[in-house]
Formats: sequence, structure tokens, C-alpha cells
Amino acid sequence: MGGSMLKKVAGGLLAIVGAFAIAGIALHRHEPINALWIITAAVCVYLLGYRIYAAWLAARVLAVDPTRATPAERLNNGRDFVPTHRAIVFGHHFAAIAGPGPLVGPTLAAQFGYLPGTLWILVGAVFGGCVQDMTILLLSTRRDGRSLGQMAHDEFGPVGGLAALIGTLLIMIILCAVLSLVIVNVMKHSPWATSTVLATIPAAILVGLYLRLWRPGRVLEATLLGVILIMVALVGGGWLDHQPQLRVLFDYEGLTLAGFVIVYGFLAAILPVWLLLAPRDYLSTFLKLGTVILLAIAIVITHPTIKMPAITPFVDGTGPLFGGKVFPFVFITIACGAISGFHALIASGTTPKLISSEADVRLVGYGSMALESFVAIMALIAATLLDPGVFFAINSGAGIVGATPEAAVHTISGWGFPVTVEQMRNLASAMGEQTLFARTGGAPSLAVGMASIFGSTFGKGLLALWYHFAIMFEAVFLLATLDAGTRVGRFMVQDLLGRAWEPLGRTSWYPSVLFSSALIVGGWGYFLYVGVIDPNGGVNILWPLFGISNQMLAAIALSIATGILVKSGKARYAWVTLVPLAWLAVVTTTAAWQKITSPDVHIGLFAAADDLAAKLAAGTLPAARAAVAPQLIFNQRLDAWLAMLFTAILWFVILDMARICLRSLRGERVPASSETPYRESRLNAAVQGAP
Amino acid sequence: MSAGHALNHLRRIWEFVRRISGDDAYERYRAHQALRHPDAPLMTRREFCADEERRKWSGVSRCC
Repeated sequence: MGGSMLKKVAGGLLAIVGAFAIAGIALHRHEPINALWIITAAVCVYLLGYRIYAAWLAARVLAVDPTRATPAERLNNGRDFVPTHRAIVFGHHFAAIAGPGPLVGPTLAAQFGYLPGTLWILVGAVFGGCVQDMTILLLSTRRDGRSLGQMAHDEFGPVGGLAALIGTLLIMIILCAVLSLVIVNVMKHSPWATSTVLATIPAAILVGLYLRLWRPGRVLEATLLGVILIMVALVGGGWLDHQPQLRVLFDYEGLTLAGFVIVYGFLAAILPVWLLLAPRDYLSTFLKLGTVILLAIAIVITHPTIKMPAITPFVDGTGPLFGGKVFPFVFITIACGAISGFHALIASGTTPKLISSEADVRLVGYGSMALESFVAIMALIAATLLDPGVFFAINSGAGIVGATPEAAVHTISGWGFPVTVEQMRNLASAMGEQTLFARTGGAPSLAVGMASIFGSTFGKGLLALWYHFAIMFEAVFLLATLDAGTRVGRFMVQDLLGRAWEPLGRTSWYPSVLFSSALIVGGWGYFLYVGVIDPNGGVNILWPLFGISNQMLAAIALSIATGILVKSGKARYAWVTLVPLAWLAVVTTTAAWQKITSPDVHIGLFAAADDLAAKLAAGTLPAARAAVAPQLIFNQRLDAWLAMLFTAILWFVILDMARICLRSLRGERVPASSETPYRESRLNAAVQGAP
Repeated sequence: MSAGHALNHLRRIWEFVRRISGDDAYERYRAHQALRHPDAPLMTRREFCADEERRKWSGVSRCC
């Protein structure tokens, strides 16, 4: 009785503090606010969402039943099916869902000011992303850990399953393309970054050999070795940067680096996993968790002032990072961090096989996504604490603001965000870089933001080291996702090809492995190549396309969840997934529509292609641009077609779901539920694994 | 708090770290086999780790 009273008081306090923080953010519109306001508001919103909404979802909508045996208990094999303590499942699940997405998206969306991004990250996570992750996790747990595609197949029929598979494959290609483009932009003409990132490859291979040959399975020892090697590479890169004859060996154009990344991606897909992919993943997970914790501590200690206005004039669609109004583009740009369809693939696969009690899905599903959303909030803070002029100078492509530093600062200062060439030069030299102009992709500006936070917490003298630490952290992170994405994409291609000709589906038949790897690497490699030659940076086109595709996958996941809720007689609660689904359908379709039909060349892909074609025909383009114009024209048209395809798949799945729901509500025949029958759990709290 | 108490805490933290990183996977496999399938052949540590890696990396395991 006393405990529940205490809980109510704590909940009330939480609501009051949260309301104050949000009011603080909203009312401080015309003066700089402190990052602590945003942190406080975010923490209160997540806690309220978790304590009230998630608890209600678990009890009423999903009818979570702790007495029901989970697949981990029923199918326990001591390997992938293992009843595991919820703190450990939480750690594994969070490590799997946290990728570079919530770092890059909020940085790009900061061009609208800090307010739109912050609000969408909070609202989107609490009512969208967290709900999706938790629901899919429970549904998959009740179905022996089946994948999203299998659930679509079982509950809707074979066509829905195929649509989910093709949709996922296309996302993989776009995802790998945009991530590799970000990596190339990070390393371009930066010998320190390039040499450090290159050195992480032999470091990973050494760790792989250690784990395979010398000390099998000693993960902690190997991780320690890897972290030491990476730190040596980081400091070594700084030393190398000061050796004139050595640094030229690592000073490359974007196109050369793109070639390296493509070859690397192909090798990572065909080499045995233990040699490169798995050890890189250990290192990346360690760095990821370590850096996220470090960043959270540093932000609270330094509590920096946000210098970006709450809302910038670019909400009207004229932004330099990417074209398009705040609606719908803030919702497309920040996908991961608010809602990410990709998480549904993790929540229906590895994680449900570890859940020891259904009651854990609230912490693991809802809680992990809330933490991921918090990472997005920190990335947004790191981007918006920079002087806005500096932020735009780093993130705007030469094609938008001008190729020379003088032209760029003139354009950007003209927007009302003053910045000088000298300021940029001093910043670049403090960060140990040649230049920070036009370093598009979000990663360099995030690294500058992180370096200034770390620098003022742990010592200003090491700014350049912190900058390259952040760069290395982002690159390891990006490469790990690129490796894994390419490999998974390869499996999907083989799955599809195997339907046409069986031998192509064999994942260990080398001709098929080489062929399907070449297909997938060729796919993202093509987009990477076009992105690198694009004078506007390429990210401005690719990132919105990635956002559209990721939101499409989220819509597929939410459709499956809605369909299952209706089929299982919970139609009156189906709004919990139907409302976020409707919102995603609206923003994704609007964004795709504008990308396809807008006459504005900064938004419309066909309009941009036609405009460039007309200029090319009239001969008004400078020679350098005329040389690449045909590829850019073709690519913009291809991207427009892809946006159409994503929207078509999205609506196809939604209509398929609506068909199933209507049939179910009318009492007509629908595919039977694939839920595993109830069996009572014999686990009790005392034996649920360590600790 | 006595020294034994503190040590106990440290041990539990260490166990947690080993568990979450997968460092103790082989020990857990052996314990599981001994309990559930005492007559089945046991993989060596090397075989087990190779097999685990193959299993872990045949699906979607990382996200954006």
C-alpha cells in the first residue's frame, strides 16, 4: 500500500518536472536554452511513457502473461534459445538496434532548428517506435521467435511475405549506400581519419585470429586487445598526420575512397565471418556502448547551451542540407531514433529467443527503443550546440553554398547565420583537419560537436584527438553496419534467386556467393559512386530515400501488428498500432509524392533531372559538371522510381492488412493464427539465469 | 559492508560482464549439455565457437 502510494507520488513528480521542462523548451523560443532542459524533458517523457503507456499496453492490449512459457524455456537448447535475465536481454537488444541512424538523422534534421527534431524524436518514440518494437517482440515471442517476413507469410498469406522480403532487400541497398557515402565523406582528404579507419581492418583481423585460432571464445580478452589496437591506431594517425612524407599516402579523393569501400564491402561479404565481420562487430559494440555512456556523462557535466534557434527559416523547404519542408521531411529524416522499421527485424529473430518471461518485453522492447531515442536526442544536442553558421558551413555541399570558403561564408552569413573563413580555419586546425567546409553527411559536424563536449569535460588540449576519436567511433560503427547489411542482403538475394534456380540459394556454394555478393555490392556501390560525384554531396538525395524506405518497413511491421491484433479479437485496441501506422503512411506518401512531383528542383527528383538535362542541352553547365551530368540525371530519375516503388509496396501491405482485418471482422475465413498454444511456465524468478 | 560482501558484489558484476559479452557461452553450453543431454557428444571449445559464429551471422543481427 505504502509502496504504491510512493509510486504515485513519484509519477506525479515526474509529470510535473517533465511538463516544466517541455514548457521551458517551448517558451524559451527567442533566447538560447540549455541542453539540460532537453535532457530533462526527454528523460521525463520516456519514464512516463514507460511507466504508464507501456504498462497499459502490456496489461490490456498485449495481455502479457508471465505464467506462459516462452520459446526460450520450451525450446531451450543452451544456444540461441536460452532463458536469459532481462538486464542481459536488454543489453543485447539495445546493442543490436543501436546503429549510426540515430546519430546521422537528427544531425541533418537540425537544419530546421532544434525544436521539430526534439518533438518528433520524443513523440515518435513514445507512441510509435517503442510500441512497434515491444509489440513485434511479443508477437514473435508468442510464435517461437519467427521473423517478420515469416509472420507476414503466416498471418496474411504468401504475397504479403514476399512484399516484406523485397522491401527489406531494397532498404539494405539504400542503407549500405548512404552509410558508405557518409564514411567516404569522413575520410576525404583527411589522412588522420583515413589511416585510423584503415588500421581498424588489420586490428579486427587480429582479433578474429585471436578468437579463432589462439583463444577460442575468449571474447573479453579479445575485445581488450582490439580496443588497445584501435587506440594505438588513433594516436598513430595523429602522429602520421604530422609526417609530410607519410600523410600524402593517406590523402585521397572521394572517388578513390569509394573504390576502397566497395572492394572492402565485397571482401567482407565473401570472407569467413570470423576473420573480419564478427570481430569488427565486437569492437563496434564495445565502442558504441562506451561512447554513448561517455557522451551522456559529458553532456550532463558540461550542460552546453544550444546555439541553434528553435526553428530556422529553412522549415519552408529551402534548407541547404536537403530540400523539403519541415512537414513531411523532418519525419523522414529522423527515422531511427523515433521509429525504425529495421528494429522489427531484430525484435523478431534473435531477441525473442532469449526472453525468459513475457513480462520482460516492456523493458526489452519499449525500454531499449527509449534508450535509442535518447541517443538521438544527444546527437541532436551535439549538432545544435555548434554556432549555426559553423553547422551550415560543415554540412552544406559546394553545389549549394559555393566551392570556395569565401563564397560559402558569404552565402551562409547572408542567411543570417554569421560565420567567417578565419573561424572555420581555426576550428579545422583545432580539430586537426585541413578544412571543414562541405563535409556533408552529418558525421563530421557530429564529431565536432562531440569533440567540443568531450574537450570541455575531459581537457580542451586534446580537441583534435577527441575529434578523431569521434570520427573513428562513427566509422567503425558505420562499417560494422555496412558489413552486416551487405551480408544479410546477400542472403536475401540468394533466397530470392534460389526460388528461380535452386543452386543459387545455397549459401555455401561459392559461385552463388560471389554472384549474389557482387549484385548487392554493385547495387549500393552504384549509389555510392553517384553520391560521390554529386556536387551537392549526394546525402541530400540518398538520406530522404533511406528515410522513406525505413518508414515503409516500419509501416509493414505496424500493419502486421495491427492485423494480428484485429484477428485475435482486439480490434478496439488496434489504434495503438493503427495511429502510428496512419501517421507513417501519411508522411511517407507525402514525402514520396513531393520527391516525385514537386516542380522545385531542390525537392522534386524528376524536376531536378529535367532541369539539369535542359542546362546540359543548352551548354550552360561548367565543364566539370557537364561531365557528370548524364549520370546525375539518370540517378535522379532512378531514385524517383524507387520512391514510387517503396510507396507502392507500402500501400500494398496496408491494403492486404485491411483486407484481412475486414474479413476477420465480418467473420469470414482468414489464415489461422500462428500463435503457439499456451503452456504454463515452470521457470520461477529464482532460476532465471544470472545475476 | 564487509570485505567478503564487497568481493561478492564484484564477482557478480564480473559474471554479468562475462554473460552479456558472451565470454561464458561455452561454459553455459557445457552446463546445459550435462544437465539435459548427458550422453550426447560434447563439442570442443573450438568447434562450439565456430558453430556459434556461423549461427549468429546467418540472419539479421545488426541495425541502422
